[in-house]
Amino acid sequence: MQISLTVNGASHALDVPANTLLVDIIREHLGLTGTHVGCDTSQCGACTVHMNGSAVKSCSILAGQADGAEITTIEGIGTPDDLHPMQAAFRECHALQCGFCTPGMIMRAIDLVEKSPDLSNQAVREGLEGNLCRCTGYHNIVKAVLLAADATRA
Amino acid sequence: MYQFNYHRPATLEEATRLFSEADDGFYLSGGQTLIPTLKQRLASPSDLIDLSGIEGMKGIEAGNGVVSIGAFTRHAEVAASGVIRETLPVLSALAGLIGDAQVRNMGTLGGSVANSDPAADYPAAVIGLGATVHTSSRTIAADDYFQDLFETALEPGEILTRIDFPVPDRAAYRKFPNPASRYAVAGVLVADFGGSIRVGVTGAGPCAFRATAMEEALSADLTPAVARAAEVPAGNFNSDLHASAEYRANLVRVMAERAVSDLLAE
Repeated sequence: MQISLTVNGASHALDVPANTLLVDIIREHLGLTGTHVGCDTSQCGACTVHMNGSAVKSCSILAGQADGAEITTIEGIGTPDDLHPMQAAFRECHALQCGFCTPGMIMRAIDLVEKSPDLSNQAVREGLEGNLCRCTGYHNIVKAVLLAADATRA
Repeated sequence: MYQFNYHRPATLEEATRLFSEADDGFYLSGGQTLIPTLKQRLASPSDLIDLSGIEGMKGIEAGNGVVSIGAFTRHAEVAASGVIRETLPVLSALAGLIGDAQVRNMGTLGGSVANSDPAADYPAAVIGLGATVHTSSRTIAADDYFQDLFETALEPGEILTRIDFPVPDRAAYRKFPNPASRYAVAGVLVADFGGSIRVGVTGAGPCAFRATAMEEALSADLTPAVARAAEVPAGNFNSDLHASAEYRANLVRVMAERAVSDLLAE
């Protein structure tokens, strides 16, 4: 099927089988491999991207559902020289170990901070329920999200 | 995932026509249950009919003691809706407890209620508030809607379009979530309509149902202790690795007790 979508500001027209997942469009067709596939069963959140301004699991969205959508991936939020405040906070707080879950964590955390400006530690933990880290636990991740929320408000 | 034909119709008529023409058509709403099911090859529809393009299935309205929500309204929209928070806060709170944030950004009211997962949250509200389910061809009362495990009154090809929720004087929802999936091991919605109490239960049985003995007891004496002591027959309750039928029956009493406490504190 023919679909068109905007990814990180660039328009793409693609011809893909109807059973193609959004994450496969992002990784295989567009070569943006920062978005990860962790569990492939909709649980871990490593594949989280923004679709029309909301965090979604790109492994659970079909090509047709993404037709016409605005997608932002981890590659679209900052550059190595100009990190997004959430990326800077993750670096500052050492909020990662292996880094596999990090792109999904950061994309979800940005959405969380944008929609809930006044966040408590508990609200961050609940807000990240759809993202699993299997290395290091969540303490530093929560710290980083709260730091980025403060930076955004300041 | 097996191959299928994908359609995104603009009208209900086109959607039902596509369904009737398909060998084995499935409707796709938010897809947060259906897509993982397709990925595991547990279903192999010939045609997927995406309902996202049908304008009449969206939107939230309140008036005359009813909150009316289009079936294609996503959980996150219900949770964040100012209208629902003001007129029917129990429903926005319930929607905010479904799955996780990413799932709530895609999953829809209609998808959840049409699928009728025994552990889904919305069915407790449909039952507990005595909602009216509107479809492409008729209206169905909540008490007639849920029939069995993943089985509802919907006929093949019939599309759930909108649900009208009566606004109670006060109501509260409590659930014991599975810590991994956030599905309800047991969830109870207690609603007070002028002293007449309705109790909608999800997670415990094959589908959502009214705890009628508890309703009678609470209508006579609305206290947490009465909820805790109410009779909850575990006869057809689910038993699995998470909880036995008897444990679920106890959870129903405990969740009801907490819901009544919340409701009285309003």
